[in-house]
Amino acid sequence: MKPSSLNVLVIDENRIRASIIEEGLRESGYDKVTIVEDMFGLARRIADINPDVIVIDLENPNRDMLESFFQLSRAVRRPIAMFVDKSDEASIEAAVDAGVSAYIVDGLKQERVRPILKMAISRFNAFSRLTRELEETRGELENRKLIDRAKGMLMRTRGISEAEAYALLRRTAMNQNRKIVEIAQSLITAASLLDPGGDA
Amino acid sequence: MTKSHEITAGFVPLLDSALLVVAKEKGFAESQDINLTLARERSWASIRDRLAVGHFEVAHILAPMPIACNLGLTAPAQEMVVPMALGLGGNAVTVSQALWQMMVACGAKDDLDARTNGAALRQVIVGKGPKLRFGVVHPYSGHNYELRYWLSASGIDPDHDIEILVLPPPDMGDALRAGLIDGYCAGEPWNTFGVLERDAHLATVKASIWRSSPEKVLGVNRKWSESNPEALSALLRALYLASLWCGDRSNHDELVELLSRSTYINRPTDWLRPALSGVLHIGEGVTAEIKDFFVPNAKAATFPWRSHALWFYTQMVRWGHIEHTRDHQQIAGSTYRPDLYREALKSLNVALPSANSKVEGALRSETPVGSTGALTLGPDGFFDGSLFDPDQVDAYIASQKRG
Repeated sequence: MKPSSLNVLVIDENRIRASIIEEGLRESGYDKVTIVEDMFGLARRIADINPDVIVIDLENPNRDMLESFFQLSRAVRRPIAMFVDKSDEASIEAAVDAGVSAYIVDGLKQERVRPILKMAISRFNAFSRLTRELEETRGELENRKLIDRAKGMLMRTRGISEAEAYALLRRTAMNQNRKIVEIAQSLITAASLLDPGGDA
Repeated sequence: MTKSHEITAGFVPLLDSALLVVAKEKGFAESQDINLTLARERSWASIRDRLAVGHFEVAHILAPMPIACNLGLTAPAQEMVVPMALGLGGNAVTVSQALWQMMVACGAKDDLDARTNGAALRQVIVGKGPKLRFGVVHPYSGHNYELRYWLSASGIDPDHDIEILVLPPPDMGDALRAGLIDGYCAGEPWNTFGVLERDAHLATVKASIWRSSPEKVLGVNRKWSESNPEALSALLRALYLASLWCGDRSNHDELVELLSRSTYINRPTDWLRPALSGVLHIGEGVTAEIKDFFVPNAKAATFPWRSHALWFYTQMVRWGHIEHTRDHQQIAGSTYRPDLYREALKSLNVALPSANSKVEGALRSETPVGSTGALTLGPDGFFDGSLFDPDQVDAYIASQKRG
């Protein structure tokens, strides 16, 4: 069998991550890739798709359902987890660390599945890196908004320029050995407490 | 100054994760020099996998799951030990309003009695409606085995007369209302949720099928337990102290508040209180008080009885999950480790059972037992009056019909 003749099923609640994996698999020549997001009627779908390999994210609450389906199924011959290969502890750990689990159908050589699992692991890792970066950027954006607000308050109440307001925040932060955003946050909190309307 | 033990425990957000939550939040872990980290998981498969690769040293786990692991029924096949149980009871069988009405027409009553309501369910099934479907949380779960036991002893073949499928507990209520399933056996708060929010009705409870029966246990990575005996002992002591705290009614308001927090079960307090008080909503605004619904400490609730492990093993054989051999029986029985429990709790001077096994179903009433202190066990009967003698495993297996 060429790689492309393997039927790969990806079960992932996260649509973006699922398509990142799909893309990777297609690039490596696996063109029979199906993605399932919700588990409604999963048993029937699996019988229809008849996959050789199933890749599922570790966080999916339906993993227990999937395993029981393997146990019960007469349509799919009893698949076994990739993990069954005890000699390869490193790849088990890598998979669990990345948050992915792969199952292969009994009879299929594990060597043929390993590249698929490897691909999934690297894509899962890439995705979580992306997510982390996005969160950091989002955090930075929030911080900038807080600092802008604090600057505005200083400019209004003390009649100083934007540069002076920023310098004041930075100086205070340095003196107190804290972050500028923390000073900005406490200024905003203090102002909201002092404001009789309390709407800040 | 002793070095503090770093322990990470996996848990699934269910009421019976209480001992772990309390060990951390009420300082019992800290008092034993343990820095306890709790990690919430969404499936039992993830708990098992993360235990196997060492992300977790210990976990809140389904009582039969470590046995299944050691028997090589699941992958990855990393060895596990069970040095402690995390309470007794706690499950219920919930049915749709439509099925309940049919059961009532066949004699079902609001008393949750497993015998009466099992007979009513049988009448409904004999009446040849469409094939009923029931949900359980995992194939190797107390839920699956007690549901099958109840059905079978009521004259219903769980493999032919109905269909059993696996669903995540939080999805059970919705699946029931959508008509995908007609009933389910799950832990709390998911039965209370079904009754309060999805118009369901309780048919029976675990305590009525098998009184004082095991549910979740502490699953421990065997390799870790062998290289960290002190840390494990310290954890067992912390969990035992937590079980005492959980068993004290005067702490229940605080316990309900703790468990409802977003880091733990993340559900309203009203869904959690019934299981602790034993006063359950059973449907259509009716409540019922249930003896021993969930027992965190009394009746040696945390003791890892070998007879519990062996009973689960007999059911694995009964339902075709594993072939009965001497070796298999030996592996199943020795998964539970009362020796580790005794060793750890020695210094607490608490009452310990004098045996590692008991005849399940032999105690018809509360019975003081010989031990290093005052300890009362039972009643622990199966609803059909049968006994399980752990010294007579072959005979028990032979006596059990599949259907």
